[in-house]
Amino acid sequence: MSCLLEARNLRGLPGGPFSLRVEAGDCLVISGPSGTGKSLLLRMLADLDENEGEVLLRGQRRESIPAPAWRAQVMYVAAESGWWAESVRAHMSAPDEAALLLPRLNLRPELLDAPVSQLSSGERQRLAFIRAIIRRPALLLLDEPSAALDPDATAKLEALVMALRAQGTGFIIVSHNPAQGQRLATRRYAMSPGKLSELP
Amino acid sequence: MKPVAISSGDLSIAAALVLLSALCSLLLSLRVHRALLIATARMVVQLLLVGTVLRLVFRLSHPGLTLLVLAVMAAATIHEVGARQERRLRGAWHYVTGGAPTVMSALLIVVLALTTALRPSPWYDARAAIPLTGIILGNVMNAVSLALNFFFSAAWRERAAIEARLALGDGRRQALQGVAAQALRTALIPTINQMAAAGVITMPGIMTGQLLAGMDPLVAAQYQILLMGLMLGASFLAAVGALALAGLRITDQRDRLRLDRLRPGKG
Repeated sequence: MSCLLEARNLRGLPGGPFSLRVEAGDCLVISGPSGTGKSLLLRMLADLDENEGEVLLRGQRRESIPAPAWRAQVMYVAAESGWWAESVRAHMSAPDEAALLLPRLNLRPELLDAPVSQLSSGERQRLAFIRAIIRRPALLLLDEPSAALDPDATAKLEALVMALRAQGTGFIIVSHNPAQGQRLATRRYAMSPGKLSELP
Repeated sequence: MKPVAISSGDLSIAAALVLLSALCSLLLSLRVHRALLIATARMVVQLLLVGTVLRLVFRLSHPGLTLLVLAVMAAATIHEVGARQERRLRGAWHYVTGGAPTVMSALLIVVLALTTALRPSPWYDARAAIPLTGIILGNVMNAVSLALNFFFSAAWRERAAIEARLALGDGRRQALQGVAAQALRTALIPTINQMAAAGVITMPGIMTGQLLAGMDPLVAAQYQILLMGLMLGASFLAAVGALALAGLRITDQRDRLRLDRLRPGKG
């Protein structure tokens, strides 16, 4: 049985070669100083930047899948979320599903119809997470997912991550918070310039 | 149509007005007299030169010569269309993206007009082909240059929003759709304004010229209507083409946003 995601000899902007494996329900947590290319590594896996190397999703090579279909499965959620329409609802592929998830992340239900410009950075971050998970990717690449969240909202977010993992979704999370790594990770990695090393 | 001749006395009135403006600027320290005089000198030299050249071209009425004049006009347009972009594509793509749709759509519309509506004899007669190409090219150039300027600036500014769509699994067309639609709108607003205001707020340039030259107002109006339609068609076609090329160039085969293919313009 092939694993969920496998990357071999990935090279690109942040250096390399990087190799890693994610099984269904796995959660890899990557930490390391700023500027070492953690975000760029996630972007490479989502094929958002030019890169070389082999990446397979359930044994299927990346090149054999159209890029949008690949990203719908291997989904990158940026630290700074981008919004292209005025209202939050317009960004949700399944607004009804999104509405059910809002309270699970301490968000008021009205926010679904609020204009994006009125959201706080923490609300944006959580809504960007919801926007991603309702599309049901196989794997989520989260870049600093709780950077703008208070401890209570962070706990809610982590609970949702755990619930999705139980359903088989894989995660690679970039986090500066060591305690978060302890709580969530099945494996932990440290990134230094151009290099990724597994922590015991 | 009987042209109304302008005497050198008439021209000296215009010259006196320019000099008077420059003198006022000097006396009031407005510091525009230099720019004003240079612009006037350029205008006079350029227009007299064009008049002289066109007189020659019209008299010789040789298709090759007409084609040469059109080629020079097209080359100048290709250079000007992207000259004032805030951000532009690197390398030759800059000229291809702006120039090719501008020249091709202008050519298409001009040939269409010459062979159907206007029908001068022969259809490539310089007296019709050159001024018609000029007015169409000028309008199309404005539309394309507005479209591309808006598109590249907005793509740069809205990078996070565009990449958010790509990251969620939308294709490049979908991700750039909003920005491209706004760019097209921006490109067509001047032409639409011109059409909406035609005759009520402003008298279009061609019609003014023809009225001054003694043409019947209704005939002049019909010419203007034809020209407006041609200009809108050519501008729309060229702006859509330029935006399609630009959209393809700032993304790649794997639907990535490639802003590294842009560089800041010369200002």
